Amino acid sequence: MTKDYIIDIQHLSKSFGGVKVLDDIDFYVRRGEFITLLGPSGCGKTTLLRQIAGFIAPDEGRILLEGKDISGIPPHKRPLNTVFQRYALFPHLDVFDNVAFGLKLHKIPAKEIEMRVQKMLKMVSMTDYEDRSVDSLSGGQQQRVAIARALVNYPKVLLLDEPLAALDLKMRKDMQLELKEIHRKMGITFIYVTHDQEEALTLSDTIVVMNEGRIQQIGTPTDIYNEPVNSFVADFIGESTILNGTMICDRKVEFMGHEFECVDEGFGEGVPVDVVVRPEDVCISSSLEGAQFSGVVESCIFKGVHYEMFVDTDKGYELMVQDYDSFEPGSRVGLSIKPDDIQVMRKERTCNTLEATVEDRDHISMLGCSWECTVPEEFKQGDEVLAEVAFDKVDLLDNQEDGKLGGEVHFLLYKGDHYHLTILTDEGDHLWVDTDDIWDKGDLVGIDILPSDIKIKRKNG
Amino acid sequence: MVKRSNWSIPYLVFMMVFVVLPLLLIVLYAFQDGAGHFTFSNITHFFSDSDSLSTFAVSIEVAIENTLICILLGYPAAWILANRKYNRSAVTVVLFLMPMWINALMRTLATAELFNMLGVALGKGTLLFGMVYDFLPFMIYPIYTTLMKMDKSYAEAAEDLGAAPWTVFWKITVPLSLPGVMSGVLMVFMPTVSTFAISEFLTNNKIKLFGTIIQENINSSMWNYGAALAFIMLVIIGITTLFQGSERGEVEGGLI
Repeated sequence: MTKDYIIDIQHLSKSFGGVKVLDDIDFYVRRGEFITLLGPSGCGKTTLLRQIAGFIAPDEGRILLEGKDISGIPPHKRPLNTVFQRYALFPHLDVFDNVAFGLKLHKIPAKEIEMRVQKMLKMVSMTDYEDRSVDSLSGGQQQRVAIARALVNYPKVLLLDEPLAALDLKMRKDMQLELKEIHRKMGITFIYVTHDQEEALTLSDTIVVMNEGRIQQIGTPTDIYNEPVNSFVADFIGESTILNGTMICDRKVEFMGHEFECVDEGFGEGVPVDVVVRPEDVCISSSLEGAQFSGVVESCIFKGVHYEMFVDTDKGYELMVQDYDSFEPGSRVGLSIKPDDIQVMRKERTCNTLEATVEDRDHISMLGCSWECTVPEEFKQGDEVLAEVAFDKVDLLDNQEDGKLGGEVHFLLYKGDHYHLTILTDEGDHLWVDTDDIWDKGDLVGIDILPSDIKIKRKNG
Repeated sequence: MVKRSNWSIPYLVFMMVFVVLPLLLIVLYAFQDGAGHFTFSNITHFFSDSDSLSTFAVSIEVAIENTLICILLGYPAAWILANRKYNRSAVTVVLFLMPMWINALMRTLATAELFNMLGVALGKGTLLFGMVYDFLPFMIYPIYTTLMKMDKSYAEAAEDLGAAPWTVFWKITVPLSLPGVMSGVLMVFMPTVSTFAISEFLTNNKIKLFGTIIQENINSSMWNYGAALAFIMLVIIGITTLFQGSERGEVEGGLI
């Protein structure tokens, strides 16, 4: 039933200068919904919004508005309006003329314009500001005028591009509530772009989590928070500890050196998984009795409502715990996690699998350079093969020149006892690395792999 | 420890000797007769002399025409240069502005030679051609910089609200680039009033401009009357600058 969808985005892709900014984006927006595109900067969310507004044409795919393809329609003919990140209020017009701009273009009678502008200014609590120049307004007031200017045209969909990003925290919180209220009163569909996960959780009916041009997960705020589908979403939304685990059998998972009851089924037996534990879901107590495992409090910081503690567990993992009570650093505590507070996720990969070509008996070429390794007898020169390298067998070096090839730390994830890094090589390939060393995002590294750690496999099909 | 403000002394001295002092001398000479006695006769002479007045009127007329032509030609040129769709290289911008690097006198002489060679009769047409040729870059550049600095999101916002490209241009781009046009006008209109070389070379002095009569008076040692004319021109320039200053709180962009 496409008819319920006010916007239907089908297989949208876009590249800028050979880099894929959006990759096969496919989702729909229900009429009247408040939907948020959430992701870190550079994930493509703003590009997607600008495509809906019509400022950028997609390379592939379609955007349907009420079932009609609007891909070829210029922005000024689309019944959508945008609230821009920096408001973009016209500096040569006063507040009234800014808000009336769209109505005047549509040749609406002056009386009606007057009425609608007044009504809209009242809605955003900006009555009596009609004659003010926009330069004389504060950031929050400009934001209100920008919202009024867009909404006064009664668009089918309101697009908001990080509208609160330039406001300070207190004002942002107030505006969030007001936006929600405006959305409820007007009943217009809102598509909202933000990198602030808390904002997304507060405002949205539906959240679309994006990273590197792809949709990671679509769901209600509760779904996304409680049941993240992969380690990116778990890490991005809220605080969490992500750990390597093994599914022993249905409803039983092993991590941090202990077995836990959980509610997940259907993963298979002995399968490696990622386990997400939210810090507020860990029960902490000073008595070890009845606890599933124990640990020693390492640090304790007061965070306003709760205390945030890092606990060294009995098997050498670090776990973040939030509780209303504080526990002295150095004290021994009992810890347990309820079955339905353990979120198990399928691993996206368990080792690096790279495309390679056999050069001779003991060399292959992959990642844009030549590597020494032992090539099994069955392969001959020129064969296309797969090379497998375990996460912890990739060596990272401080100096790019010291490695076989250079790369950059692209994304990092703390997994309780080690870091899981995504490295973007100079050639544009991804490598995943487990390491105990501390790196920062954006660090330049040299990459090396020992010949004995490269396993050659036949390419399937 | 030497105070930082002391560093400005050389500049102050320079300003005094080469800007303030000459201006004072102009005022002094303007209100003196040949013998050095104070008089208003130079000023009254100008306002009662129909030749001077008509030259002045012609100068203003030519200056207005030149400025209008420069806006009409310069604005579209600046707009195209500032538009990434049509122009992506800084080289084209430099090509447009390069005439500014060459001495105006040389360009004017060359233009006059060209007209001679082509057998074009010198007159009002050639005068305006020479002026536009000389002053166009001074109109293009300030407009170009204002357009370049203009936040693209204004145009996008207008388009988003339903304005077709042409409406966006008239309702957003033009009003927002007016400060650039204003400084362009300042840079073209004022110098045109006082120019004399262009009219000399390109009309063979058939058309006299205000600058020409100042030059003629000074050349024939009529220092006092020449100074009075220069003083009158300064006052007019001063008044017009004041007008422009009050029109907008600040003149953004441009060369001034």
